[in-house]
Amino acid sequence: MSTATDDRYNALEKIIKKLGYEKNALLEVLHNAQGIFGYLGLDTLKFIAKRLQLPYSKVYGVATFYSNFRLKPKGRHNIVVCAGTACHIKGADKILQKIEQRYGIKAGETTSDEALSLLTARCVGTCSIAPVIVFDEDIKANVSLENPLCDIEESIK
Amino acid sequence: MIREKVRVKKFTIDGICVTGQSNQTILEVARDNGIEIPTMCHLKGLSDVGSCRMCIVEIEGRHEPIPSCTAKIKEGMEVTTSSPKIKAAREMILSMMFSERYHTCSTCVVNGDCQLQSKSVELELSHSFTPYLNQRFEIDASHKNFVNDPNKCILCTRCIRVCDEIEGAHALDLFGRGLGTRVIHDMDEPWADSTSCTSCGKCVYVCPTGALYEKDISEEEIIKKREIVTELVRNRGQK
Repeated sequence: MSTATDDRYNALEKIIKKLGYEKNALLEVLHNAQGIFGYLGLDTLKFIAKRLQLPYSKVYGVATFYSNFRLKPKGRHNIVVCAGTACHIKGADKILQKIEQRYGIKAGETTSDEALSLLTARCVGTCSIAPVIVFDEDIKANVSLENPLCDIEESIK
Repeated sequence: MIREKVRVKKFTIDGICVTGQSNQTILEVARDNGIEIPTMCHLKGLSDVGSCRMCIVEIEGRHEPIPSCTAKIKEGMEVTTSSPKIKAAREMILSMMFSERYHTCSTCVVNGDCQLQSKSVELELSHSFTPYLNQRFEIDASHKNFVNDPNKCILCTRCIRVCDEIEGAHALDLFGRGLGTRVIHDMDEPWADSTSCTSCGKCVYVCPTGALYEKDISEEEIIKKREIVTELVRNRGQK
């Protein structure tokens, strides 16, 4: 789809206009763009760079510097493995390893069929029920180290 | 724009009484007075970012050393450019630069004309204090004249600054963060596909190591024209 006919680009254009085409509003624009598109694709980044009259390399550099920005589309489901102190002690790294082996992806990646994205978090703030994983919006408490995905595996499609 | 009034300030470097203008940095005043401070990312004619931390100095009354290339002078400050603490810190910084990437002088094209190499000779660094990470990055040799080898990069950002400030193209920038940081062209595209790169070669000339080099030149033949930027700025005149 071309950028002229896509409604999402019109929405982004409006936001950029509201921010006055300011070069230093780049972060704000990137945030909004991710909100609209769900991720920051190369076309989106190029569009932003042209609109704000910034070099491509600068926009790409900023987008890759902050871990909050995704450059690839998100999967239909998402698992966040907590890597906070309490979860780490209870073996969060083993859980992560198990999930990575099961789906053949590393943390921060999405499976090729776009069914699942795997992420890590610094702490989700529920240390009393560690180790914790967050599946979509649900928090799974006291996850088993041997079979961390026992009750959610069938819903990942 | 309101111009700040430039005042003359007096202070001491290594016990020597010196004077400088208030818009000057410690490094500039030290060089004017013939006091040598080792630098890496600094290049006369480009802006200073203090990314390498090689030019750190101690200031009386401050706990930690600060980079002299970005620190403005203050009236009555007492600067120490070399002490056992500073020397140890500089050696540590240098050995971390070595251990982060893949610096093998014997197979490197700029062997003999490398500023990382000459700096370690200058600071008498006999070995690395930190274990080698031996990270491997892909080499970008798509450009018809130049090669970008991130394995030799020390992330001094000279190439980025020269491209932005002197050439005005800003084709290069830093990608990512932490250990995986790389110098990229446009949207991490191969160098040959970069639309903003003008192939002027200034980034190659200012690179202190063998991260950016010309093709079809054997080692020891490589001469990096690092002073070219200083010349250019001088010839263009002060704005």
